[in-house]
Amino acid sequence: MKTYIPNKFIVERDPERCIRCQVCVNQCSFDSHYYDAEDDEVRSREENCVGCHRCVLFCPTGALTIRRSPLDYRENYNWSSEVIEDIIKQAETGGMLLTGMGNDKSQRIYWDHLLLNASQVTNPSIDPLREPMELITYLGRKPDCVEVDLRCVLGTELAPQVKLDVPVMFAAMSYGAVSLNVQESLARAATEIGTLWNTGEGGLHPSLYKYGNNTIVQVASGRFGVDAEYMDAGRVVEIKIGQGAKPGIGGHLPGEKVSADVSRTRMIPQGTDALSPAPQHDIYSIEDLSQLIYALKEATNYTKPISVKIAAVHNAAAIGSGMVRAGADIIVLDGLRGATGAAPKIIRDNVGIPIEMALASLDTRLRQEGIRNLASIVVSGGIRNSGDVAKAIALGADAVYIGTAALIALGCTVCQQCHTGKCAWGICTTDLALTKRVNPDIGARRLANLLRGWSLELKDILGGMGINALESLRGNRLHLRGVGLTDTELGILGVRMVGD
Amino acid sequence: MAKSGGNSVVKINASGVFYRELNARLRDIASNDAQRVELHNVCGQRYIGTDLDKPIEIEIFGTPGNDLGAFMDGSRVIVHGNAQDGCGNTMNEGEIIVHGHAGDIIGLSARGGKIFIRDDVGYRAGIHMKEYGDKKPVLVIGGTAQDFLGEYMAGGILILLGLNLSAGEHHQAKYIGTGMHGGVIYLRGSVEDYQLGQEVGIADLEEKDYQIVRKLVGEFAAHFDYEPATILEGKFIKLYPRWLRPYGRLYAY
Repeated sequence: MKTYIPNKFIVERDPERCIRCQVCVNQCSFDSHYYDAEDDEVRSREENCVGCHRCVLFCPTGALTIRRSPLDYRENYNWSSEVIEDIIKQAETGGMLLTGMGNDKSQRIYWDHLLLNASQVTNPSIDPLREPMELITYLGRKPDCVEVDLRCVLGTELAPQVKLDVPVMFAAMSYGAVSLNVQESLARAATEIGTLWNTGEGGLHPSLYKYGNNTIVQVASGRFGVDAEYMDAGRVVEIKIGQGAKPGIGGHLPGEKVSADVSRTRMIPQGTDALSPAPQHDIYSIEDLSQLIYALKEATNYTKPISVKIAAVHNAAAIGSGMVRAGADIIVLDGLRGATGAAPKIIRDNVGIPIEMALASLDTRLRQEGIRNLASIVVSGGIRNSGDVAKAIALGADAVYIGTAALIALGCTVCQQCHTGKCAWGICTTDLALTKRVNPDIGARRLANLLRGWSLELKDILGGMGINALESLRGNRLHLRGVGLTDTELGILGVRMVGD
Repeated sequence: MAKSGGNSVVKINASGVFYRELNARLRDIASNDAQRVELHNVCGQRYIGTDLDKPIEIEIFGTPGNDLGAFMDGSRVIVHGNAQDGCGNTMNEGEIIVHGHAGDIIGLSARGGKIFIRDDVGYRAGIHMKEYGDKKPVLVIGGTAQDFLGEYMAGGILILLGLNLSAGEHHQAKYIGTGMHGGVIYLRGSVEDYQLGQEVGIADLEEKDYQIVRKLVGEFAAHFDYEPATILEGKFIKLYPRWLRPYGRLYAY
């Protein structure tokens, strides 16, 4: 069938600069460049270009420019080129539209409508270059009160706690969705910086067990790679109920991505689809969730916090309250913009709620019910920089997860082709030739650099507020003001209007 | 409670003991190299046998609670009574033998080990069992099962014997093997086509299938004092996944 989908990008090759070295041909995993030996020229198949810019950055003579192809449909606010082309694609394939990364639509990003405070005159700001600034965060269930005797010995038995030097963790990205080199980069950076990375639900590769102390191991509906050794290896065990990019639906890792090594780590035969059912079939209620939480506590002999991750949906606050009562030590909310290796586009772009709102309402709810101390709150889904982190913490989060930001640090340009398994940057693929493009030595360095930069910024933000510990910002919504928001939005966020 | 190592049997009266304490005791006993434990008056305690990675034998008298042997790694559990939901949940290695019925999601996501249920099971038995290399979970059910038997099965061997069905009586389960993409189900007795998931094919057993069935039925019969020959006289069918990738054609790329 002839496709009616136009090219998305124009590939411009400057003939003056091109030396026919074919780096672009080798770098492009989507076959957008080819060498014509007869004419001794490198040519383009523009219909294949996804705009990832791998070739542009690797062209030694700077001969390439990639531009968006002008979309010369007649202007129409309702029938945008994206809408038209989605329909064409479905008419040609009869399938669900699949996509990668997070929601790219224009729903309001509340972080951009929240502004942080700083001290002026009446309360001195603190210079983080000269004074100690505390970013340390402990995740886990906190007691209602602690008993300390006169010799300063703690009399209260504490639930297991996990110390983070920086309140930014790497979000769940499974081996299979991303490559082993990506996971190794994440694991090494987390270890160096003193935070945690998350296995996702694809099991833990034997070569990564040594980073176990900085690892969150996930137990999801597919139960891939879950055994006693796996749970013992992790610092935290996380039950994954849902994901912001695809709330309420399961996952299918396509058979092409289930290589020999992925198959070993997931414990399924090579080449079969790795199917994660939509629900966990032992969890149909809060009571059932409690049963799995305590099964995992039993299985790890109460030595590790048990985290439960849900997508931020309409009733996230009430569900979160139930999760705390079910025994979760850490609650993870993944918002509307949470990313994915593959999800139906219609789900990604239309299901869920913004993380800012979900976080604010959950924190408020748990405080109202007097159970906020019983679980830590971690949020994820579109956290872009340390400003977002500071705002999340002021809204009540204990820590955040970053996924997309971490992948960008490794080279990702958010071209949204993760689901094809052909990632030219070698990130979201199991193709062994491509995965070599991420060197874990360099990858770990880039990720650690990113977190170091964010920590410095967080300390600057805190110092400016006249605060010397992140703990003093946590849930402190007086340090936030809203701009361009309605009263209802301000009410849910628990934040006053700028100028007020 | 008597503590001991070696071959002697440790007996525990579980009456009124909370599961956390009971399992802590089991852990303690297992780490003292005990070989056998008897739990008496068990009444609903969950997670028995979870977190045990020792080849200890636990004999249960009474009714153990949900998630019996969840994540279990090499122990042997014998239940004189009925098991509840989630028995053998994500089990890795070991054996569970139930002299009675069992509830829903028996053997959920099991990765290895063997589960023998003498009588009936509830919904979604054997859901998402997997296998890798020589690790292949086995679930043998003496009676019949409810809907979604072997749903999403990705590996392992599931045998449904229907021993309590009267002559001419069908299994009642529907959606058998829905989403199945690995492993095999051997079913003794008959089912109608509409009872099977779309992803399942039916075949007669070949010799290599009979070898498996004979061996496992032999074990089943030995556990519950049946005559294997009588069981094997019945007509078996084999249910297999028609595709390794049942949902490969769902998407537009």
